Amino acid sequence: MTHLVEMTGVQKSFGGVHAVDGANFHLDAGEVVGLLGHNGAGKSTLMALLAGALPLDAGSIRVDGRPVAIRSPRDARRLGIEALYQDLALADNLPASANLFLGRELTGRFGLLDEAAMERITHEVVHRVNPAFRDFQGPVKSLSGGERQSIAIGRAMHFEARVLILDEPTAALGPAETREVGRLVGRLRDQGLGIVLVSHDLHDVFRLSDRVVVMKAGCIVASRRTEDTHPDEVLEWIIAGAQRDAARGTPVRPESV
Amino acid sequence: MQTGLDPRTLGLGIAGLGIWLLLDFASDGLFLSPRNLYNLAVQSSVVGVMASGMVLVITARHIDLSVGSVLAVTGMVIALLQAEGVAGSGLWTWPAAVAVGLVAGAVIGASQGWWVAYRAVPAFVVTLGGLLVFRGAAYLVADGRTVAPLAASFGALGGGVAGSIGETASWWLGVAAIAGFAAVTARARTAERRHGFAPRPRWLDAARVAAVALAVGGFVAVMNAYPRPQSDLGRGIPVPVLIWIASALVVALLFRATRFGRYVSAIGGNPQAAVRAGIDVRRVTLGVFALMGVLAALAAVITTARLGAGTNSMGTLAELNVIAAAVIGGTSLAGGRGSIAGAALGAVLMQSLENGMVLLGASSAVRQIAIGGVLVAAVWVDVASRGRSEAA
Repeated sequence: MTHLVEMTGVQKSFGGVHAVDGANFHLDAGEVVGLLGHNGAGKSTLMALLAGALPLDAGSIRVDGRPVAIRSPRDARRLGIEALYQDLALADNLPASANLFLGRELTGRFGLLDEAAMERITHEVVHRVNPAFRDFQGPVKSLSGGERQSIAIGRAMHFEARVLILDEPTAALGPAETREVGRLVGRLRDQGLGIVLVSHDLHDVFRLSDRVVVMKAGCIVASRRTEDTHPDEVLEWIIAGAQRDAARGTPVRPESV
Repeated sequence: MQTGLDPRTLGLGIAGLGIWLLLDFASDGLFLSPRNLYNLAVQSSVVGVMASGMVLVITARHIDLSVGSVLAVTGMVIALLQAEGVAGSGLWTWPAAVAVGLVAGAVIGASQGWWVAYRAVPAFVVTLGGLLVFRGAAYLVADGRTVAPLAASFGALGGGVAGSIGETASWWLGVAAIAGFAAVTARARTAERRHGFAPRPRWLDAARVAAVALAVGGFVAVMNAYPRPQSDLGRGIPVPVLIWIASALVVALLFRATRFGRYVSAIGGNPQAAVRAGIDVRRVTLGVFALMGVLAALAAVITTARLGAGTNSMGTLAELNVIAAAVIGGTSLAGGRGSIAGAALGAVLMQSLENGMVLLGASSAVRQIAIGGVLVAAVWVDVASRGRSEAA
């Protein structure tokens, strides 16, 4: 079966440190994968490689079974891969619509920005994500974490992302907003997106994901359907690496066991 | 949509008005005479042309300390081609000389931008080096000589005796400007309605148009009240002011209504977000410095035309006035926020202080002290207001 995304043998080093050391990762459409691991286990780096924020040292990435070269965030977006970062990566000085369309502005005659059209679409999309959203005029600096996130998620929806990478999506949010993100993730999955949830939070991951993938020392050490495992088992993988046969179809490098 | 009433710009306008009245009082009515205001407009245009470019540079979290020196070297090129030609080429017409000067400005700006963007040398260092390099280059262009005379028709660009467009043309231009502003306002209202937004209240837009009409009308009236020598005919709008207004409109359009300008703001607001949004930050940065170089060369056109000559000391310390104009005009040194209209007001304000102090007989030493003080005070206002808005 062809996966939506398949990363094979990917490597990334910084100086002498192998942040990602031959990891194999895949994601299917309509699936939420919880990507777990300690700080420095390589999960953010792995996702940065997929989102085009960092170039690959070695290995390959396939989307829909076709090999692709992702050299920049622009390449990733063209393939429908959107990343939503922990710090939300918005330009604080610009209003919602400028952020939603950043890098993909609509232009009209003479290549001038079509602000009115961008604002209208922003209203529609963001209201679909977050009906309570009010301030479309001011800079996003003054918005709450949840409101900022609804801009970023609205961006992924409007540009019809197929892969959504959520890096610690609930870290900056309160309990009500966290629940809201959970509902959104479910809705997006039902629309057929493949979603990667990068998190420290076992509770979040067990609540939201279909499959749990654990990284340690730059390698994938376990991949298991969420319903077939238990937080204690996952915690053990995170701390010790996989002791047993880790995952269906996911090779385990001997040195990391 | 913004309200269109930036409180900073408004406050700046009020402060400027107060300074004008004060200077007028202290100079026994000399300061607000048509003659002095005409000169003030011409003097402001050199700093004003460059200030709009500095708004983009500072908004993108950089700085350009080399603009005065770039003005000097490009001005020397423009003067030398007209007055002597190069390598036995004969004399160049002034439009050709100006074209070469503008291209030289773009190349110089782009080369500094390259060091900043692609070699990650801080702009402060690159352009501080540029300040020395291009001042030296300005000397070498003609071995330190003053280059003159320039083409007679070129002098009009400097706003001298023949350097204004006359009474009738000034009125027509004024009317056209007001009509243009009203049309743009009306179009914006239609666009908002078409997309289902409520436009600004009608009275607010009407008041804006009325304010612009008043300002434009007043400006034309004052410029027309200063007669040509041995004549009753008014001078009208000086050509360098037209150059300034045209260039500021183009830069404002780039800044507010194109992807390039949007990316400059985004880079200033959050460089990481800009990278992640797939923006080619380095290319945009290079473009900003190239634009600044072109504007410095445009300021050199006005300067050489005013002087009727090229000297290698042109534009000395201009960078300070240009940066001060941008910052006083509400451009934040922390990046991400800038105003072209504010920078124009800032340029007039800086030049008013300079001009007023000359009228009052202040020495250049005293003027330097005052300008330096104003620069620090303006940045303090920026920092203090930023602190407030972040605490809020």
